[in-house]
Amino acid sequence: MQITTRQFESATIVDVVGDITLYNTPEVRKMLLNLLKEKRVKRVIVNLEKVKYIDSAGVASLVEGLKVSREMKSGFALFGLSRMTREVLELTRLLKVFEVYETEAEALLGGSSPTGA
Amino acid sequence: MPSGKESGAPNDPAIAVRNLRVQYGQREILHGINFEAQAGETLVILGGSGSGKSTLLRTLVGLEKPSGGELWIRGKNFASMPENERKDLRKKMGMSFQGGALFGSMTVGENVALPLREHTPLDESTIEIVMRLKLDQVGLSGFEDYMPAQLSGGMKKRAAIARALAMDPEILFFDEPSAGLDPIIAAGIDELILKLKKAFRITILVVTHELASAFLIADRMILLDKGHIVANETPESIQKSREPRVRQFLDRIPEPEVAGEIDYLQMLTGESPPLRR
Repeated sequence: MQITTRQFESATIVDVVGDITLYNTPEVRKMLLNLLKEKRVKRVIVNLEKVKYIDSAGVASLVEGLKVSREMKSGFALFGLSRMTREVLELTRLLKVFEVYETEAEALLGGSSPTGA
Repeated sequence: MPSGKESGAPNDPAIAVRNLRVQYGQREILHGINFEAQAGETLVILGGSGSGKSTLLRTLVGLEKPSGGELWIRGKNFASMPENERKDLRKKMGMSFQGGALFGSMTVGENVALPLREHTPLDESTIEIVMRLKLDQVGLSGFEDYMPAQLSGGMKKRAAIARALAMDPEILFFDEPSAGLDPIIAAGIDELILKLKKAFRITILVVTHELASAFLIADRMILLDKGHIVANETPESIQKSREPRVRQFLDRIPEPEVAGEIDYLQMLTGESPPLRR
């Protein structure tokens, strides 16, 4: 799995490539918490277009990211969910908890057409 | 979680058993059995006491060593692989033991979190969230601080299932999931297994002697009798079977107490033929 960030105006986009599993999710968690707690970015958008599969531990890192974003009063959104990632979030009853968008453009607009609800 | 991670080739069966033999001392329990479980399938192993079903389960999860034959898990030869590889493969297998086997000195949450603390590099905060997700999946949200002794029999089973699910296993083994539970609680466990099967598409292997439960949850059923497979069929087809041992088991016809006076005398005097077949 690879994880990189890029900036678009006030949003920080986190691009994840590869499956997120219990063996590499600490890296995802570290990145998200660093952006939110240390760099205090205004809005984190996680790009999951190239993530085919995410396990429970991967979901837990996203949950922790969301929790910390609320504490820091930052935005936190996901986009580009594969069928399986969407299914995992549905099964864990989290699809409606996260701000979920189909595309990066929609996520950057922030709330114009969320598809998770 | 759906078991989307592939550890073998996509078409490999989740479990393949070839001519598997297991013996304790001189006594052979499994006499060269063959079967497969496909990925996502729920396979129920039925059999009476002494049929070898518990030995089979213990062998499948690596607690017993086969005396012969092969055991393939996700396309890999489980019995002959190096210990470190076997250890990795075991992490993809979850086991719910008959009595639950929760640690009485730990809370329910600590029990569920234990495999994650022991086998993964996860941070404590991640482990806590996964533990709560798993408890929610088995209907035990909010019970993480309870001690096992404070739970009912059915809740203990659910907690044990949550622990078996902690590492997102690809194969989940159940040993007598309804044993010792009243019919309503047992039905709740069956419902939970059905939910897990539907939601997570895990390969599930259940060892039981509970017929009603078996017919409810199985995609396919194997009937073991004295260490031999006497049926390996869908529930619909096994229901129609005319095979005498299958009918005896399904129709609950008791075994004759002794085969005859001579056999009985031989048994009493220690001259019985060896149990090995």
